[in-house]
Amino acid sequence: MSISLFYFIAFLSIFFSLLVIFSKNPVHSVLYLIITFFTFTIHYILLNAQFLAIVNFIVYMGAIMVLFLFVLMLLNLNKESEPAKSNLLKIAGVVAGMCLLVTLVGSMKVLDTSNPVVLQNQNLGLVKNLGKVLFSEFLLPFEVSSILLLSAMVGAVLLAKKEPKLYK
Amino acid sequence: METVNQVIKGVPLNHYILLSAIIFSIGVVGVLIRRNAIVIFMSVELMLNAVNLLLTAFSVYHNDASGQVFVFFIMALAAAEVAVGLAIIVMIYRNTNSTDVNVLNKLKW
Amino acid sequence: MIKLVYLIPLFPMLGFLINGLGRNVLPKSVVGFIGSLTVLLSFILSLTIFFELNASQTKSFIVPLFDWISAGNLTIPFSFLLDPLSSLMLLIITGIGFLIHVYSTGYMHNDAGFAKFFSYLNLFIFFMLLLVLGSNYVIMFIGWEGVGLCSYLLIGFWFTNASYASAAKKAFVMNRIGDLGFLIAVFLIFTTFGSVEFAKIFPQAANMVSGDKILILITALLFVGAIGKSAQIPLFTWLPDAMAGPTPVSALIHAATMVTAGIYMISRSNILFTLAPQTLEVVSIIGLATAILGATIAVTQTDIKKVLAYSTVSQLGYMFLGLGVGAYTGAFFHVITHAFFKALLFLGAGSVIHAMSNEQDMRHMGGLKKKLPITFLTMMIGTVAIAGLPPFAGFFSKDEILAHVYEHNKILWIIGVIGAVFTSFYMFRMLFLTFSGTFRGTHEQEHHLHESPKSMTIPLIILAVLSAIGGFIGIPEVLGGKHWLAGFLSPVFGSSSSIMGESGLDHTTEFILMGVSVAGALAALLFAYTRYVKNAHVPVGDQVKRNALAKISLNKYYVDEIYAALITRPLDALSRFFFKVVDKAGIDGIVNGLGSGANEASKGFRLLQAGNVGFYLFMMVAGIIALLVYGFYKF
Repeated sequence: MSISLFYFIAFLSIFFSLLVIFSKNPVHSVLYLIITFFTFTIHYILLNAQFLAIVNFIVYMGAIMVLFLFVLMLLNLNKESEPAKSNLLKIAGVVAGMCLLVTLVGSMKVLDTSNPVVLQNQNLGLVKNLGKVLFSEFLLPFEVSSILLLSAMVGAVLLAKKEPKLYK
Repeated sequence: METVNQVIKGVPLNHYILLSAIIFSIGVVGVLIRRNAIVIFMSVELMLNAVNLLLTAFSVYHNDASGQVFVFFIMALAAAEVAVGLAIIVMIYRNTNSTDVNVLNKLKW
Repeated sequence: MIKLVYLIPLFPMLGFLINGLGRNVLPKSVVGFIGSLTVLLSFILSLTIFFELNASQTKSFIVPLFDWISAGNLTIPFSFLLDPLSSLMLLIITGIGFLIHVYSTGYMHNDAGFAKFFSYLNLFIFFMLLLVLGSNYVIMFIGWEGVGLCSYLLIGFWFTNASYASAAKKAFVMNRIGDLGFLIAVFLIFTTFGSVEFAKIFPQAANMVSGDKILILITALLFVGAIGKSAQIPLFTWLPDAMAGPTPVSALIHAATMVTAGIYMISRSNILFTLAPQTLEVVSIIGLATAILGATIAVTQTDIKKVLAYSTVSQLGYMFLGLGVGAYTGAFFHVITHAFFKALLFLGAGSVIHAMSNEQDMRHMGGLKKKLPITFLTMMIGTVAIAGLPPFAGFFSKDEILAHVYEHNKILWIIGVIGAVFTSFYMFRMLFLTFSGTFRGTHEQEHHLHESPKSMTIPLIILAVLSAIGGFIGIPEVLGGKHWLAGFLSPVFGSSSSIMGESGLDHTTEFILMGVSVAGALAALLFAYTRYVKNAHVPVGDQVKRNALAKISLNKYYVDEIYAALITRPLDALSRFFFKVVDKAGIDGIVNGLGSGANEASKGFRLLQAGNVGFYLFMMVAGIIALLVYGFYKF
């Protein structure tokens, strides 16, 4: 294993994320997105953020992607039914995105931090360590996020179910 | 774990920022050029992940676990967001028989 | 009883509220009864308090009601001051006020605004009482403003007539000019003495040096206030125009009470004025000039009320002349007697006008003495009183003033006597033109001629009696009297007269002075008699050519025209400039421009709200980029 592993994975991330936005078929997009997320998981592992790697794997690649696919199949959108945007808008969009990239990179230059990332604490990204932080320092946000998830669940159910016939 | 640690030892922080910026920008471009609501949604997920990665990198760089906890929260939030968002898209599809965002142009002057 | 002094202004206030609120419900008889009764109650109370004060050893009572303003070192209690000066004013206001209320029940009987009229009158009495009772300048100022308001309301009582309404406006605006002076004076008093209470200011002022700059400034500003309220040069033109109001109003407000507020105020602040001799000099000169000006204008006027109005201006001038030479008692004496005979004359004129079916021009009158015997007799007493013939009221007060003037400056005295001769002439001219000779009006008017009802004649008779004997409260020592009034008022004017020094005229001089002025008045009487009764001269119409002096006098010295040219028209032009250019084009232009600019811009920008989600996102990204660029490349 060498340092080039990071650059290889990074290249893969960029490549597949480009495929996500440029592939015509939404189903393909989802599949490419899964691969992109997988490369992200590898990044997490390289950073020794084991907990996040696992969560990313399960939540994103598992749950969220299944949801996407499920909805696509449910709505029967697995064909290239999307009417193309005008070229002008596409170019404008790309230009805007590139501008954003240039700005971000430019701001990074201003920041001027190019020290290598060194893992000082071996246990930083481990479940044990994160759990301690999560349940001591971030206990309240953690509990609040549970309410968020509950409300999201209720909301999703309420939205997705058939319209109740109010005026029967 | 030792080996993994060795691998990232040489990667400068700037390159993480660069990678995240590129992926974020790709997400933005996706949002801008696609009309399918679901693909736009996926582009948003790309952006979220780019931020997540950057947060993790900074967390390791500064040797502070808070960043990773934050990523955890973002993931929880993303899960909630996807659930509600997709439910909305399903509703839109039921009403307009399309997931094209340009159909939703009623909210204007 | 003195503790009950707050009831005195309270009764008219109640009357105002009852009449004002019930003006559409109450029948006229009830309105008139309530209006008069409340003032009568005040009068009875004032009378009791007056006797109590006269008998008591201490002559000055402060009756606190409540703390009105208390902020920092500014404390203004709402309290009443009862001393000889204010108690006499109370008697005049409520006494004459009551008579005029009774008179009004007859005079205004056919007017649609009967209840409104009585409520205004009651309100006026309330404010006037507040003015004289206040124990500090701020309460006085409330009354001062309040009577100005009531004056405005009552001058413009028949506001549907445009010229009456503008007369009301004129009075109000001119009063404002004076009020500003008064207000600034009050501020100055507060900064100088740290209080606005009379009881705190005057002892402090008594220790100050005569001719102190700040005192001169304060008194000059107070005098500006008095000029406005008491119609002196240069702010006198509102008073003749104020005759647009109903005649009882002219009698009550514009002759007997409100216009003397300026004299009351200066008498109240006499110590300040005594210590500012320069101001007093100005006061006396302006007073004398006004006296002469009013008298010479009155000589040629043909409107019966205008004659009386200019006569009032002239008499007020005499009062200021008296104040200016330090004859505070004399000036106040003249306030009292003038209140009697001028109210009488106005009410008599009102009776004549009533009989003549609202005809005010004396050229159309004449020979009324048979038809209106009571009016004639009472008005004759009033005329004799104002002309200054003994032993009627005007003689004593006017001669007291003139004696002091003589002592002060002989030239002023000569001019003053000439003015008095004029006074005698124009008053008898008015009397003869109205009542002697043959009737010159239309047949219809002649047919309707009638003596006024009892409600109008009884006040006339009472006032005539007062005009006849009112002077006896101040018989000078030279005529064997004790001058009760001077003794009664001495606690108020005591410190001033000790600074001024006692009068030093010997008795022979005083007799000569009296003789001269009486002889002058008699000569004027004879001249008027031969001219208007023997030769039956009738003033010619306005358009007929006459000599220059008469023309100037008839046209009131063109003062109104001069003011119009010098002040009103430039001010109008300036206002029009501000209105057209600054306001319409400038400020309105900016405001409307901003509005329509926003409107136009929105018309363009709202097209951006096309409902296109992609475009919104695009703009959002553009905004983010802009913010980032700003954040990183600016700093």
